[in-house]
Amino acid sequence: MDGGFGARLIDVAGFQISETILVTWIVMAVLIALAIAARIVLRKFEAVPRGAQNVIETIVELITNLTTSTMGEENKGHAPFVGTMLIFIAVLNITGLFGFRPPTADVNTTLGFGIVTLIMMYGSSIMRNGFMGYVKGFLEPIPILLPVNIIGDLATPISLGFRLFGNVLGGVIIGSLLYGALGAASNAIGISIPIFQAVIPVFAHVYFDLFSGCLQSFIFVMLTMIFITNAM
Amino acid sequence: MDELTAKTILTSVSAMGAAIVMFSAMANAIFEGITAYKAVEAIGRQPEAAGEITRTMLVGQAVTETTGIYSFVIALSLLFANPLIGFLVK
Repeated sequence: MDGGFGARLIDVAGFQISETILVTWIVMAVLIALAIAARIVLRKFEAVPRGAQNVIETIVELITNLTTSTMGEENKGHAPFVGTMLIFIAVLNITGLFGFRPPTADVNTTLGFGIVTLIMMYGSSIMRNGFMGYVKGFLEPIPILLPVNIIGDLATPISLGFRLFGNVLGGVIIGSLLYGALGAASNAIGISIPIFQAVIPVFAHVYFDLFSGCLQSFIFVMLTMIFITNAM
Repeated sequence: MDELTAKTILTSVSAMGAAIVMFSAMANAIFEGITAYKAVEAIGRQPEAAGEITRTMLVGQAVTETTGIYSFVIALSLLFANPLIGFLVK
């Protein structure tokens, strides 16, 4: 654990890039490849779905239902954004299962997501109310609350980002402490191979990577939708 | 007071501060438990609204958790990225 729990720097073709960026780009490549594959499958679109089309339709329908039930029928157009965020964050969180350090355990990634949400809030507000309506939103309910409104808006991406960051980083730290303790325990009984690290951490991985990762991505998009709806 | 003593005192006080800050996790746990308890009660009364109640409960717990996450981040920065040590080592 030298150097704390931060992301490592990796040499790729002579460049020093952090593990966060590398894993994020791998995940992006995989997701884009999956999206292109889905596009190719859907080229021969059938009214009665079967095979892979069933799976794709189920996912799209789930996301559309989630969006309409949270943001209302008239904001159905936000479903692609919400679905992208949900799938991207969920896959980023469960990269811990494959031995990577989850990119969401880096505050730069999560604050980036928070800023994306802030831009979506402002964009939707301007598209709905016009620019003057957006400016007027800062003066409501009374003009003297202007500083409070500005601070509240700036706090939104920070609270969103730190929530995701803290949850995932907590999982990473507990996982590495557990691995360290199990390695020390196997050394203590005189086995040079850390044999205890084989099966026991599975439960921690299931909880912190699978359950908590999916739950946190769901909570992130739920709060995103609620903030966007409130801003409009 | 030489620099080593000052650094030792500062580090140990920071570690204690990190421990104290994490006490907010206790309040978090209690009140998230209360939220789940009320949600279970509501589902018992209205089983057909279970999905809606669960979703609202999760969002409420996520917002409640913010204080705990903030204290966790403060504890981490006290332990690994202490800003106060920078004042000592110029």
